Amino acid sequence: MSDVSEEIEDQALPLDGWHRALGARMVSFAGYHMPIQYEGIIAEHLWTRTHAGLFDVSHMGQLTISGEGADVALEALLPGDIKGIAPGRIRYSLLLADNGGILDDLMVTRLPSGELYVVVNGATKYDDIAHMHEHLPEEVTLNHMDEHALLALQGPEAVTALKRILPGVEVMTFMTAGAFDWDGVPLWISRSGYTGEDGFEISVPAERAVDLAERLTAEPEVKPIGLGARDSLRLEAGLPLYGHDLDPETTPIMADLGFALPKRRREEGGFPGAERILIEREQGPVQKRLGLLIEGRQPVREGGVVLDGEGNAVGRITSGGFSPSLERPIAMAYMPPSLGPTVQLEQRGKIFQATVTPMPFVPHRYHR
Amino acid sequence: MTLYFTKDHEWISVEGGSATVGITDYAQAQLGDVVFVEVPPAGTQVSKGKEAAVVESVKAASDVYAPVSGEVTEGNAALEADPALVNSSPEGDGWFFKLTLSDPGELDGLMDAAAYKAFVDGL
Repeated sequence: MSDVSEEIEDQALPLDGWHRALGARMVSFAGYHMPIQYEGIIAEHLWTRTHAGLFDVSHMGQLTISGEGADVALEALLPGDIKGIAPGRIRYSLLLADNGGILDDLMVTRLPSGELYVVVNGATKYDDIAHMHEHLPEEVTLNHMDEHALLALQGPEAVTALKRILPGVEVMTFMTAGAFDWDGVPLWISRSGYTGEDGFEISVPAERAVDLAERLTAEPEVKPIGLGARDSLRLEAGLPLYGHDLDPETTPIMADLGFALPKRRREEGGFPGAERILIEREQGPVQKRLGLLIEGRQPVREGGVVLDGEGNAVGRITSGGFSPSLERPIAMAYMPPSLGPTVQLEQRGKIFQATVTPMPFVPHRYHR
Repeated sequence: MTLYFTKDHEWISVEGGSATVGITDYAQAQLGDVVFVEVPPAGTQVSKGKEAAVVESVKAASDVYAPVSGEVTEGNAALEADPALVNSSPEGDGWFFKLTLSDPGELDGLMDAAAYKAFVDGL
């Protein structure tokens, strides 16, 4: 064939055929074929807010980091308190470049064995692995669990459905995790998610992923939900998406993720970009991630521009769309924190009025 | 009344010198949930193949092109309050605008229903 292409073909994930059999519309995402929607984004979004949605997030990278001093070694790459994570506890953290720019956001759990279980974004996982290989010492072992799928069950009825299958999950609280046995299949279950709702993320051996997805969707509370609703749900929850709201040009302070800088690490420093980040924390960032409610019905999306009183471009929209729960357009922007509360936006030559508003747009309902 | 279709997935229903324009059922299914529609007000001059309206789904914004040139006589005001009409009735209540044709010859080359169906089946 004369058609020489440099592009790498999208890969199929363990649930690929299952999604297609359910009539999902598949799109290319993070190098994989992924379901963007089944019956429709708004219906799926509202179902998750009222019942329970099952999301296939197997594109995400699941890693284990083990060996003597693994936690101390990881602390050299991110600002989290990794040493202080007790077994079965989860922390949100940020992989940082030397200048303090964000390379990825991730979740770190300490397993009962003492090893660290790390979940990173799908689009960045190979870069993350390369970065960790380069920076972690010899005695620390990095393992990519690419034989595991990851399912997220999210929504106020997630616990009702899951405890019927796996009694005991209901006692876990937000940001804790544990091992469960499902008819001989080992599962690692975290009470966490990316929708703002209560819910679970379930790591399952890839060869049993279809069985588990079938079992979960057999519960009356549970429907499969695509990436489209995953994006609108996380936007309402005020949660940033890597590659859009976070990137190497943004820092934890600009991104309003100061909670990921615990006291001990702020006092000790010793994480990439510590000097810049700690000064920025003291002085306040020039640009900050803020939430916007947009007037009218037309969404202002990523790439939209924030204007100051004189009409100068002073900020940018990094995520924007229609909120199915609020039935109005919402957005996240990087802009000077002093601007507002009302601001003007520009998209494709048209001016929009918006109001800076605290995030989340829709309250979190975690099980604490 | 004669119905024509474009490769950009608009339909145009022509009766004498006037016509009604909308997007096809295939187009609405591809867009998904429609959350905003901007239609041209009466008096707007539209040109064949040029942007005439905007339709936004949860996922993305898309331009709707004028299938023929002419002067808009009415935009569908119902879409402002209920953009989901485009999903529920794309070739009925979800029409976008009506216009007076300036050059009926522009209809030549548009597809009929059978040709459009064959076009969509080939996508």
